[in-house]
Amino acid sequence: MPTLVSHPDEVRVVSRRFGKGAADIEKYLEMDGYQSARKAIENGSEWIITEMKASGLRGRGGAGFPTGLKWSFVPKQSAKPKYVLVNGDESEPGTCKDHLIFLHDPHAIIEGTIIAGLAIGAKTGFIYLRGEYRYLLEIMEKAIADAYAKGFLGKGIFGSQFDFDVISQTGAGAYEVGEESALMESLEGKRGVPRIKPPFPAVVGLYGGPTVINNAETIASVPHALLMGAVEYAKIGSERNGGTRLFSLSGHVERPGVYELPMGYSLKRMIYEVAGGIPGGKQLKGVVPGGSSTPILKASEIDIGMDFDQCAKAGTMLGSAGVVVLDETVSIVQFALRTIKFYAHESCGWCIPCREGTDWLQKTLTRYHAGGGNLKDIDNIRYLAENMMGRTFCPLGDAAAMPMIAFVTKFRQEFEDYLKTAPPKAKSDLVELVTA
Amino acid sequence: MADVSFTVDGKQLKAPAGTLLIEACKKAGIEIPAFCYYPGLSLQAACRMCVVRIEKMPKLQTACTTPVTEGMVVLTETEEIKQARKATVELLLGNHPLDCPVCDAGGECELQDMTFKYGAPESKYIEIKAHREEQQWSPVVYFDRPRCILCYRCIRMCGEGMDVWALGIQNRGVGAVIAPNVQEQGQPDRLDCEECGMCIDACPVGALTSDTYRYKTRPWEMNHVATVCTHCGDGCKTTLGVRRSGTGMEIVRGDNRDRSGINDDFLCVKGRYAFDFANNEQRLTQPLVRMGGKLIAVTWEQALEAAANGLKQARDTHGGASVGVIGSNRTTNEENYLLQKFARTVLGTNNIDHHRTADYVRFVRALGGEKDRTASLRDAQKAPAILLVGGDPTEQHPMLAWALRTNTRHNRTRIYIANHRQIKLERQAKTTLHIREEQYGTLASFLGGASEAGLGEQANSFRESLRGEANLLIVFGSEVRAAGIDALVAFAKSLPGAKLALTSDYVNSRGAADMGLLPDLLPGYVPVTSETYREDYGDRLPATTGLDLVAMFDAAARGDLKALYVVGSNPVQRFGVDAATLKNTFVVVQDMFLTETAMLADVVLPAANLYEKAGTVTNSYGDLQTVKKAGDVSGVRTDFELIVRLADHMGAEVRKLVPFGNGTRADMGQSRGAQSGEADRHAVWLTAHDLEPKLSPFDPTATLDEIQRLVPGYNYSRFDLLAGNDQHLDVAPATAGTTSRRDLVLPSGDTLFTSGTLGQYSPKLVEVQAAHAVDDAEVAAD
Repeated sequence: MPTLVSHPDEVRVVSRRFGKGAADIEKYLEMDGYQSARKAIENGSEWIITEMKASGLRGRGGAGFPTGLKWSFVPKQSAKPKYVLVNGDESEPGTCKDHLIFLHDPHAIIEGTIIAGLAIGAKTGFIYLRGEYRYLLEIMEKAIADAYAKGFLGKGIFGSQFDFDVISQTGAGAYEVGEESALMESLEGKRGVPRIKPPFPAVVGLYGGPTVINNAETIASVPHALLMGAVEYAKIGSERNGGTRLFSLSGHVERPGVYELPMGYSLKRMIYEVAGGIPGGKQLKGVVPGGSSTPILKASEIDIGMDFDQCAKAGTMLGSAGVVVLDETVSIVQFALRTIKFYAHESCGWCIPCREGTDWLQKTLTRYHAGGGNLKDIDNIRYLAENMMGRTFCPLGDAAAMPMIAFVTKFRQEFEDYLKTAPPKAKSDLVELVTA
Repeated sequence: MADVSFTVDGKQLKAPAGTLLIEACKKAGIEIPAFCYYPGLSLQAACRMCVVRIEKMPKLQTACTTPVTEGMVVLTETEEIKQARKATVELLLGNHPLDCPVCDAGGECELQDMTFKYGAPESKYIEIKAHREEQQWSPVVYFDRPRCILCYRCIRMCGEGMDVWALGIQNRGVGAVIAPNVQEQGQPDRLDCEECGMCIDACPVGALTSDTYRYKTRPWEMNHVATVCTHCGDGCKTTLGVRRSGTGMEIVRGDNRDRSGINDDFLCVKGRYAFDFANNEQRLTQPLVRMGGKLIAVTWEQALEAAANGLKQARDTHGGASVGVIGSNRTTNEENYLLQKFARTVLGTNNIDHHRTADYVRFVRALGGEKDRTASLRDAQKAPAILLVGGDPTEQHPMLAWALRTNTRHNRTRIYIANHRQIKLERQAKTTLHIREEQYGTLASFLGGASEAGLGEQANSFRESLRGEANLLIVFGSEVRAAGIDALVAFAKSLPGAKLALTSDYVNSRGAADMGLLPDLLPGYVPVTSETYREDYGDRLPATTGLDLVAMFDAAARGDLKALYVVGSNPVQRFGVDAATLKNTFVVVQDMFLTETAMLADVVLPAANLYEKAGTVTNSYGDLQTVKKAGDVSGVRTDFELIVRLADHMGAEVRKLVPFGNGTRADMGQSRGAQSGEADRHAVWLTAHDLEPKLSPFDPTATLDEIQRLVPGYNYSRFDLLAGNDQHLDVAPATAGTTSRRDLVLPSGDTLFTSGTLGQYSPKLVEVQAAHAVDDAEVAAD
């Protein structure tokens, strides 16, 4: 089990049971477990949605869509069954927060799923874990079995007239299925390729039924928000950004790890205080603030509060709050190559701009990094990325293009300098490199 | 649905609500490019070529997935959109090989077109292209992976369109690749499919290519001739690509990509590939005459003289009743009309018949001339409910099966199946009633109101559902015979708007019956006793019923049939006739090959096939279509010409047989086209006979006026015919006094990969059969 980190600035809401054995249902019950679900049953669907809207909770997967609003879109009446779907396909490089929730507090996910189900009138919830989290499935499944044994799941949950089932499932190792409609395809046993929208999942989702899909952290936040009261919860964060956020700090910092901080917390303070600054007294070169798909911030741009709106204002995104810190030793060319390699590998191949664009970018950067680049390549990288932006079937293309544009615009000088320092390779070596 | 108004590029347009923007624009003459969009198949939005700017939308939107809405304002060709499309083409061309000069699709490639329209003049791509060797997936399908742009048309065509699901996607990202679905991982990439080639047809680039066409020619080097497939009774329209070869014009491909005609863009394996019989080495290209017990190659003059003398001698010595004529299911209506007229007025006999694969005589009699009770093949694509009795369209009438699947997919038509076998179309059916093979008659009378009589309990609900259907389409196969046909027709007449269709097995089976290749009926099911034809045909027309096909061979065995003229038929093989039967009969055979029947002949005349002539054919459903000359092989002549020449050699007055002096002067395209080489032949013959050079007696058009005037049901629109439009014919009016007949129906028993005698001479079809025989054997071994 990874070592948990902590800092006095932290506001422990979602993570307050971490490291306290809450995967055990008895322990979970001792720590206010399932109180929120009971409260939800007492007050009913309308109340839940009103409270969620008031809490200001926004989707933690990256897009930041208000949760209460999302739930309210699900039609009250539906011929087909409605579903709650928990997106635990945490795959954004730099992000490792959901993993901790599944590990330390699986019942919070179950409880959140039940509440979401009550809110929209669903009778079944699915918890989808990324393929690489197979080892967490055992924990999740034990938690589900325990909840059934206690009567919190199944027929007449908590002695009420409500029925609710929860089923867990793992993916097969594709970043793409983190996209909600691709996740539904995958869950239905098909190839993990996104669906055409509209219709949106709230209307036509899993197995054709109205479906609410929430990120695992969002779902785990729900019981806390209801239990402490929407107004109290909203107060924790910044304006229009209710609550806390699990920030995954990685890269060149003294104390990397997952910290729960209020929304809007200063990025600068996060790096230099919470995570203990950069080792060896090195200088900061840049920060990727919200997972690998978010545009990099230069050292001079980090004086911002970490919430959806302030990040957007700074020309980047809060995303999944995976903060990657890069010190002066990092080669941006190499970093760009590593990033695009990931997206080229993970592109599902469905649409042309993403499939061909990521491949082309990867080939160019591989050659560039190996010393076979030229000035034209820098412009071409930007041209390709700009022509992928907004043109692809799903946001994966944008996720690959956005950081590339930021690298070559914000660090153009470094790209140019690289041409002088990197020794040109023989052409045969390059062929080998590119075709490897 | 109600119309909505919207604006595209400043033009005010209207379309029914829910219409896809790309379709609405197409109708208004605004073309939006797309690779993955394919009308009739599910939506993909994968290629991003059809992006347009819609007011109030933050991003460019795909026109292929956006339904038009009231007040929508759309721009389709701004700089932003052009740049987006240009970038998409540039991205595609990154890994796409630039082998257009050798690629089959070059010249008709959608990527090529888009590159010309939007693409950049200079390539930015300097990386190594992804490459993989070409693969052969089946006897007909090749896959060139680097050319594939992953539009998924092939996958949808195979799955949704054909209900075969032989194709899928492997890998992801730039490694994503179309691949055959196999049972287990590690199995070789082989298609387990119906070999229809629809995937190749739908491919916008040269990724999927066909074995019969690949690397043979370029699209602009071919003539493209729209005609009708010669195989099954569906009569699909096909555009044949032909080019010059050593012995004439060679057909190198068939498709219906322009979606003209009754078959949408569909063609099956036979329509698409089985034209190669025309260039089979065993094809007869010289007339043969039996001399000293052997068939010896002779000149046309010698052969025609020998044939004419033999027929004339039998007629003049023993009377017309001693001569028999057997016609074909694959010759044109004009040829069949001419053949029966030749038999009746020159040979003076009603001993004329053909290999019947369905009892149209009974069907027409049962209909009793009631209009709008027969269905066009087009109805199968739109009828709200369909009852399929007998037959297996997937195997025997692939276009009908396509129509039923499409109708189910698009309109959720309700299909009811009654069959003694399990058939693939049951997957689309609402209800299937399994009966025993001998119960079709029982079923027909049960539907008409009789008691259930051993059909099982399910039969009652089956009938109840059918009784509740308006505009039901009843399609039945040759399993339903005699009184069963009467009962089924009566049942249809009891339902509002119900229509019927009787399926038969060859391209002109229906036409052969319609044109009076029958011993008791003149063209249009007019009894031979009737006077209606006498004025035109003269006094030689016999008024007594002749011998049917089986009776002719019986007569031959008795020594009573002195001469037999067989046109494009192989009755010896088909009916298992003992070779000794014909030993005392003078036999003339017109055929493409030395068939079992031809081997017994005294004179064999090498004939052209349906792809080498002009005329019309009538499919099972009574849809009349135009046939045009595409291929040509030197040394053969059309059946029409041969009949005329025989009549001439027998001393008959040709102008009475073919009123070529009075008819239209249109030659329906190519019967005397400069490329055919026929012009010279005709000119020589005409000059020798002091005839006007303008309209040839070998031109089937000359008989059109007469057919339209005399044959009930064939008063079709000449305009539609010449324009190449199919038209559904009215059923012949009820005629009294038809003789009681015995059942002479013998189904061909053809499957998806066989096509009577013709199929045996198609190397590609034989290869496909062999490949599938191996597959079946492997399955059996498992």
